Amino acid sequence: MTRQHIVEAALVLADGEVFEGEAIGAEPEGGVATGEVVFNTVLSGYQEVITDPSYAGQIITFTVAHIGNYGVSRDDHESRRPFCRGIVVRDLARRRSSWRSSDDLDGLLRANGVPGIAGIDTRRLTRHLRDAGAMPGAFGTADASTLAAAAAAEPGTEGIDLVSEVTCDAPTVISSTGGARRIVAYDFGIKATILEHLSGLGEVTVVPAYTPADDVLAMQPDGVFLSNGPGDPGPLSDIRSIIAALLGEVPIFGICLGHQLLAGTLGAETFKLPFGHHGGNHPVRNLATGRVEITSQNHNYCVAEGSIPSAQLTHVNLNDQTVEGIRCRDVPAFSVQYHPEAGPGPHDSRYLFAEFEDMMAAVVGPAGGRG
Amino acid sequence: MPRRDDIQSILLIGSGPIVIGQACEFDYSGTQACRVLGEDGYRVILVNSNPATIMTDPDFADATYVEPLRLDVLEAVIARERPDALLPTLGGQTALNLAMELVEAGVLEEYGVELIGADAEAIATAEDRGRFKEAMLEIGLSVPDSGIAHTMVEARSVVDSIGLPVVIRPAYILGGKGTGMAATPEEFEKAASAGIETSPISEILIEKSIAGWKEFELEVMRDRADNCVVICSIENLDPMGVHTGDSITVAPAQTLSDVEYQEMRDASFACIRRVGVETGGSNVQFAVNPATGEQVIIEMNPRVSRSSALASKATGFPIAKIAAKLAVGYTLDEIPNDITRKTPAAFEPTIDYVVTKIPRWAFEKFPGTSGVLGTSMQSVGEVMAIGRTFPESLQKGMRSLENGRLGLNCDPAEAALDEFDDDALLAAAAIATPGRITQLEALLRRGVPLEVVHSATKVDPWFLDQILSISEERLHLEDLGMDSMDRNGWKRAKRLGFADAQLAHLWGRGADEVRSVREAAGVRPTYKTVDTCGAEFAAETPYYYSTWEDEDEVVASDRPKVMILGSGPNRIGQGLEFDYCCVHASFALRDADFETIMVNCNPETVSTDYDTSDRLYFEPLTAEDVANVIDAERPIAVIVSLGGQTPLKLASTLPPGLIAGTSPESIDRAEDREQWNVLCSQLGIPQPSGGTAVDTVGALAVAGRIGYPVLVRPSYVLGGRGMEIVYDDAQLARAMAELSGLGSLGIEGGLSVERPVLVDRFLEDATEVDVDAIRDHLGEVVIGAVMEHVEEAGVHSGDSACVIPPPHLSAAVVERIEEHTRAIAEELDVRGPVNVQYAVKDDEVYVIEANPRASRTLPFVAKATGVPLAKVASRVMMGATLDELRLEGLLRERVVGDHVAVKEAVLPFDRFPEADPLLGPEMRSTGEVMGIDLTTGLAFTKSQIAAGGALPDSGTVFMSLADRDKAVGLEAARGLVDLGLDVVATSGTAEHLVANNVPVTTLVAKLGEDGVDAVELIRSGSVQMVVNSPRGRGPRSDGEHIRAAAGAEGIPLLTTANAALAAARGLADWRRFPLAVRTLQEYHEGIVAAPEEGLR
Repeated sequence: MTRQHIVEAALVLADGEVFEGEAIGAEPEGGVATGEVVFNTVLSGYQEVITDPSYAGQIITFTVAHIGNYGVSRDDHESRRPFCRGIVVRDLARRRSSWRSSDDLDGLLRANGVPGIAGIDTRRLTRHLRDAGAMPGAFGTADASTLAAAAAAEPGTEGIDLVSEVTCDAPTVISSTGGARRIVAYDFGIKATILEHLSGLGEVTVVPAYTPADDVLAMQPDGVFLSNGPGDPGPLSDIRSIIAALLGEVPIFGICLGHQLLAGTLGAETFKLPFGHHGGNHPVRNLATGRVEITSQNHNYCVAEGSIPSAQLTHVNLNDQTVEGIRCRDVPAFSVQYHPEAGPGPHDSRYLFAEFEDMMAAVVGPAGGRG
Repeated sequence: MPRRDDIQSILLIGSGPIVIGQACEFDYSGTQACRVLGEDGYRVILVNSNPATIMTDPDFADATYVEPLRLDVLEAVIARERPDALLPTLGGQTALNLAMELVEAGVLEEYGVELIGADAEAIATAEDRGRFKEAMLEIGLSVPDSGIAHTMVEARSVVDSIGLPVVIRPAYILGGKGTGMAATPEEFEKAASAGIETSPISEILIEKSIAGWKEFELEVMRDRADNCVVICSIENLDPMGVHTGDSITVAPAQTLSDVEYQEMRDASFACIRRVGVETGGSNVQFAVNPATGEQVIIEMNPRVSRSSALASKATGFPIAKIAAKLAVGYTLDEIPNDITRKTPAAFEPTIDYVVTKIPRWAFEKFPGTSGVLGTSMQSVGEVMAIGRTFPESLQKGMRSLENGRLGLNCDPAEAALDEFDDDALLAAAAIATPGRITQLEALLRRGVPLEVVHSATKVDPWFLDQILSISEERLHLEDLGMDSMDRNGWKRAKRLGFADAQLAHLWGRGADEVRSVREAAGVRPTYKTVDTCGAEFAAETPYYYSTWEDEDEVVASDRPKVMILGSGPNRIGQGLEFDYCCVHASFALRDADFETIMVNCNPETVSTDYDTSDRLYFEPLTAEDVANVIDAERPIAVIVSLGGQTPLKLASTLPPGLIAGTSPESIDRAEDREQWNVLCSQLGIPQPSGGTAVDTVGALAVAGRIGYPVLVRPSYVLGGRGMEIVYDDAQLARAMAELSGLGSLGIEGGLSVERPVLVDRFLEDATEVDVDAIRDHLGEVVIGAVMEHVEEAGVHSGDSACVIPPPHLSAAVVERIEEHTRAIAEELDVRGPVNVQYAVKDDEVYVIEANPRASRTLPFVAKATGVPLAKVASRVMMGATLDELRLEGLLRERVVGDHVAVKEAVLPFDRFPEADPLLGPEMRSTGEVMGIDLTTGLAFTKSQIAAGGALPDSGTVFMSLADRDKAVGLEAARGLVDLGLDVVATSGTAEHLVANNVPVTTLVAKLGEDGVDAVELIRSGSVQMVVNSPRGRGPRSDGEHIRAAAGAEGIPLLTTANAALAAARGLADWRRFPLAVRTLQEYHEGIVAAPEEGLR
């Protein structure tokens, strides 16, 4: 390895802030990549983050200084490909080191057309986003005025249906690795680790986001899972209608966007957090047990507290007291804002998959009872 | 769950003297604990034998016992104080082991004291190697193949079943003491027997060696609601096989994927739960097979540790403070995060920088040691550096070490490896030594393939590539030259951690020139905040590190600011005592409404707690780094005289007007021999005759004029580095050659024209005296104390026991010493602290040297007399007068009572079995203890117990004395025989004793002669104390073997006749009076001995 050739690049935010760096990853079309710039504070798990479809439309800033140290592994992809618009890092490792790795991160980015920028003062960027809020931005090798114009023109994520961009085209079936349940999982951008946990409960049929409720009920599932996914739940009213048709008919478990959609179906309001929660260290209190779980989080939108009379609050974020989990009072449905499946992140909340099993057991009886 | 109201008083045990493996990190943890428990309204009772600690400042606890950490003493404290609870997890292994002894002896049960934090069952599960292994297997965690043994027979059978190579780990030890590796049956015999010997319960774990695997540590906390969090992950650059205290370590872990990290996190929680640490912090160590990812658990410490101190400084999460709060019932979610103030402590810190810890060793002080690192810790201190990236933090760490290196490369010392060819260098790097990191750099710079370096050293390729990036940049910068540097070029170099001084060396320019050209290119440092959260939340605490980025986060302030330069890494001669002074300065100046700014790079200390000062800069103490902080903060004054030699050496690089207190000219006047001689003769104060020399010829000329023996000492060093007493021309020539060798490598103490060697007549058999005093700008001088040394002049003052008040000096001599001190302080125009050393011989007082700066004895004097000298000194340096401070109540009169305080040094010879455990003019102690009581004998005996060398009450004393010691030795022997001890001696000593009517029960043969010799006698276990006084550095093979045998058998060894006499007197008093413990607070009120005790 010799001293690398440096290609200078810059990141410009919609408010005009400029950050200097070096181009990495794929070369964006016309030397410009755009998206909504957010930051993520995980110390490990960059591959899982980059391949999480919930980042569709977004440029991910990693606060941890070194990225790419352990390369990428075939086993750690959270979806078929990255959907994010780019990554911003302080330092991209020149050389990876891990027995698990099959490629280096730069290789993954290039193979999937994901551009990146390194050498950025990511802490300055993070502080700026923290104070000014997540906002559109553009980066690349183009000149500063081109980037500034692109940043200004970038619509961001508000009011846009990003789910359609990431959901699957047709149903697929994942066989059970343990239990005997039949579960239908709505794919709003579902992560592989969630499927891994669900398949531990039974056979999982993954269906496209707009699959009608009747089609799903016709499959006679023991439970329906509402997945994570990108962006603003606001424009997804058709999905809320589908959920409304499922509520009460079948046990429902939702995570992240799935949680926001369930809450929305119940009449809750959602709002956009200033800079979202993206990281692996958020403390959440389980109100039933009083215990604190360290959780993996990735969302910009949030359910407003006290806006759902028909559900009880089950989990609260201890950093900002926002809603992290709800359970319906009258129908078998619950959801959490955070990511109990981890991948990346702590495993403290995996018990929620067992609670989904318990809910299905309570409603439809022991596993295999219907089959 | 809120605070427990069912307990009102809590006993805390400190960790005692600084020793290898247990240093001032426990002062940091203990100080935090005292503070938070006190703030929470508990009565805090503290026991710690170490007077240099900040925690034993009487302000920090309700009852402070500076008493030996021994079962009987603790029982006496408990009987007197009746605490409700004992918190044993904040005072290192010492506190944990003592707590277990108290449990086993039934003391806690008898007095109804509850163990909080970790109970006896949990401690035993973690510390007992066999139980720990069983417990881990039970919960499905992997451990290396191993077996337990208590005897060599058992040990051999274990090794037969698991096969060599193995690691031997004794139970209940600290710092890996007694731990060893064995690849051959011979090595195994040696290592296993040493391990059984070291373990207090004669138990060792013999473990299949996994040397070469990657090593990780997780710092874990748990509260009583069973919430668990990881505060920090740490990855060792040095693979398994090197004690983590001797490894370069990096936070956060760099080469673990999230899948592997979470597996480790789950395992660490399972471990803390199974062990049963109910609340507090624990450290869990793992090894990972780099080829398969297989994880095994190595050990866990159910207490705060050196690593937890590092993790606290690395993340901003104060583990010890939180652990103390958890122990009294709070849960993590009830405690706010100090830094964000808005979020709770129930979270896991995330960091956006890289922290590198590099140990500092002192092998040069222990000739004969191999310098090879292994499973037993040998380093005496460490530095931590924060950079945005690993290369930056590594280079900052290298220049923080103060071992003559400017960074990883680009300095004069870089050339030292040139003489080795690639193969020789690779072979050297394959063995872990302090020099390995620079060997790796040199190999990579030469183009030796990374794979080759990796396979020889097992250092992870990611780390090697990061090092390679520094090497490549160095070569690139060399080609480029300074004149071709543009803004991006400068930025890139600085971001890789290159100091201006490195670049200056590389380009043959001056560092100032490099700085000004760089600044002209617009490249200046920025300061970032350590905030626990990767900038997700605003930080309220100004804890900064420098890096080279866009944005500077320093928040301006218009208050008058005083900057305090700390003392850098702990080393022999400069440790906790100076941190105490810096911390006290910060406290006193904050109280006086200054804004205080601390600059230091030692993660173990209280000074680098973000709570100590208004602002903390975790930075190397070099000219460039300090100048940058001055630029950022614009202080009105900089304090350079409280942190030992480290800040003092920087004084000449600072704007003179900023230096607080005594002027640099005055400091030079005391240090420069010619000026000093003139000053002494003007004042009419006698000095031993002497002169200076810059080469051997000059030194021989001085010696020829003044006569032997002479004391040779380099200027501008602390701890007597390179100091020696020589008796003839040949010894003098050798000593000079060694010093000039150091000089050419830029090593501390090295000879140069600017730093000549002092050659002084050595006064044999003189009594050495130390004085600490403070003078204000109006000329008033307050004497802190006059201290009489137990060991005669010639033993470094840091290694000598000393006594307040002086037991053998006449009032007239003490008065003359005080007069001289006042005159010297006046003449030097001291504005602050001054320490003067004297030698008293036949009632004549000779001045040896004066140092207008804080001394190592300042905290001891403060504890002995009740006067907060460091606080007073810092205020005086900022312009206050002693009179004003008296009015304020800060300066009080020295307490008048009947108590005596003895400071004793603690030596690390048990870690260096190859080195001769002999005292001399070069300091080798790592720490100190204080004994305080109503007679000199009792105080001395307590100091010996506290130092770990409890004097025997019965049995046999072996004596072998140099001729000059025979008079004092005779008195000592008579005292010991009067107490009923038997004396055995070698022929010369025996003849002298018998001739003076002191019976000698056995005549011991000289080594090699017929009959039982001293070494055999010591090894047979029939000797309970050894008194062996050698002379100079001449032929000494007998003595060396005798002392080594005493060290190996762990029996008290006194190497001076004066110490033997003090021991005899101490034992007499110890027998006469019952054990009494009293608090410092009581002593500082003044205790008058009852008439029957009034003898001393």
